[in-house]
Amino acid sequence: MQALPAADAENPHARRATPMGWWLLAPMLIWLALFVVAPLLILVVYSFCSRDDLGRVVFDFTWTNYARVFDETYLKILARSVGYAALTTVICVAAGFPAGWYIARRPPAVRDRLLLLVMIPFWTSFLIRTYAWIAILKSEGLLNATLLAARVVPQPLELLYTPVAVVIGLVYAYLPFMILPVYGSAEKLDNALVEAAHDLGAGPLRAFSEVIIPLTWPGIAAGVLLVFVPAIGMFAITDLMGGAKVAMIGNVIQNQVFKARNLPFAAALGVVFTLLFVASYLALQWRGRRARA
Amino acid sequence: MSEPAAKRFPLPTGLRLLEWGLGAWTALVFLFLYVPIAVLVGYSFNTSKLNVVWQGFTFRWYRELLGNEPILRTLGNSLVIAAVATVLAVVIGTTGAWLLHRFRYRCARAIQTLICVPMIMPEIVMGVSLLILFRVASLELGFASVILAHTTFCFPFVLVAVQARLQGLDPALEEAALDLGATPLRAFWLVIVPCLRPAVISGALMAFTLSMDELIISFFTVSPASRTLPLQVFGMAKVGLNPMLNALSAIFVVTTVAFVLFTEHLKRLAAR
Repeated sequence: MQALPAADAENPHARRATPMGWWLLAPMLIWLALFVVAPLLILVVYSFCSRDDLGRVVFDFTWTNYARVFDETYLKILARSVGYAALTTVICVAAGFPAGWYIARRPPAVRDRLLLLVMIPFWTSFLIRTYAWIAILKSEGLLNATLLAARVVPQPLELLYTPVAVVIGLVYAYLPFMILPVYGSAEKLDNALVEAAHDLGAGPLRAFSEVIIPLTWPGIAAGVLLVFVPAIGMFAITDLMGGAKVAMIGNVIQNQVFKARNLPFAAALGVVFTLLFVASYLALQWRGRRARA
Repeated sequence: MSEPAAKRFPLPTGLRLLEWGLGAWTALVFLFLYVPIAVLVGYSFNTSKLNVVWQGFTFRWYRELLGNEPILRTLGNSLVIAAVATVLAVVIGTTGAWLLHRFRYRCARAIQTLICVPMIMPEIVMGVSLLILFRVASLELGFASVILAHTTFCFPFVLVAVQARLQGLDPALEEAALDLGATPLRAFWLVIVPCLRPAVISGALMAFTLSMDELIISFFTVSPASRTLPLQVFGMAKVGLNPMLNALSAIFVVTTVAFVLFTEHLKRLAAR
């Protein structure tokens, strides 16, 4: 994704910021403070509050919400969300890495065309793309019709509203988000390095694990971050593909906000989710540094 | 794969096989990505309501779509929200990118990191936290709340796009304008802005698309009156298949293809 943190925009002609420079930047800084920093701080404060019987928030300091997050019911849902997201990520890496790598190794004209073919699903609304799978997976859908016609199965399979459908939906939604960053780092990689590894007698496996993986790691890490984290909280795909059967952390947050009207508990779930996100980010950074060392 | 060549250079053959395998794999990935979309577009012209068997060609679902009040109303909402959010995102993003490029700020790194937060933060966390913020500030949910939320996650994309363009810009351009007596504001408006135009346009398109497609954050920040199109589609899709949605999806897909081709064209212009 071209929109990941840009390399430091070092401009040698940049001057020390004058007061005027600060005044001009102020609107953006205030915007960020009001709509990014403040909401997160309030979220943390809310997560320590409780609510009264009418659903109003009572400001006291309590760990109850967090205790409830780690209660068996919710821990199970949290673990399931992370599990599904992890499975989705693994499938996306397995499917997306070779594709991103292959596209990056094509001659420029072919490469640009193939890249365009990745950009189209990337920019197509995930909602539409998820909906497309309903038509394919439902019991009187295309896949079942094909299987029945080919006499592979005696009766329609229950595909929609199952965990398998949820994972298919997640993979389908997030695969382009893996291919693009992998492409980005594979494209920068010097082919001579891979050939040198071969010339020096490294087998394909060794060349892969000791040259290709470390050199494309930034792309893989960015892809994992773009797939794993959103997949944990994605309630729309689980709603559409899993029916009400497969509850994930995102569905719980949504229910707590709109049905149970328990904002403090929703806030606690949000904070735990954010920490999970920060942890996976740091883990990827750490793994990247180790790979480079 | 002639025998002597394989003997002299055993690796290239292996590599060629590997290339072939990778190519086949990539083809499968593209098949996986495109078959569902193609099926959807195809069925949007099918007379059958049940979707599976092809019964005949029709524009009926498109006509019904044009007469569907909730869809048209939410489409209108989405267009208004995306347009306002895009204008705000372009103003904040372009000036922000320029200032961060032009001046050395103390804690510029921290600012840059903060700008990236809305791009990578889980959408649901952003949605819930903004909902709570609006409650605390007792701002009634409506158009303003959605537009504020959308601008927040859109402007960093514009900023990053413009920043990428600024990196390739000759700093002497602005200095020449200043030496020739232009005020900094005039130099910005007459020299810098025209240079940045392709990046600003592609950033704006990105912001507009992101806003039009956004579901999760809107989910937490809309009121019934400011419901957006994705929320309407989500509600309809939850109930099950609906041939009108096929037609709507086909329109979305065609619009996206046009958008991607246009941005690609812009990029080529900018590279020249």
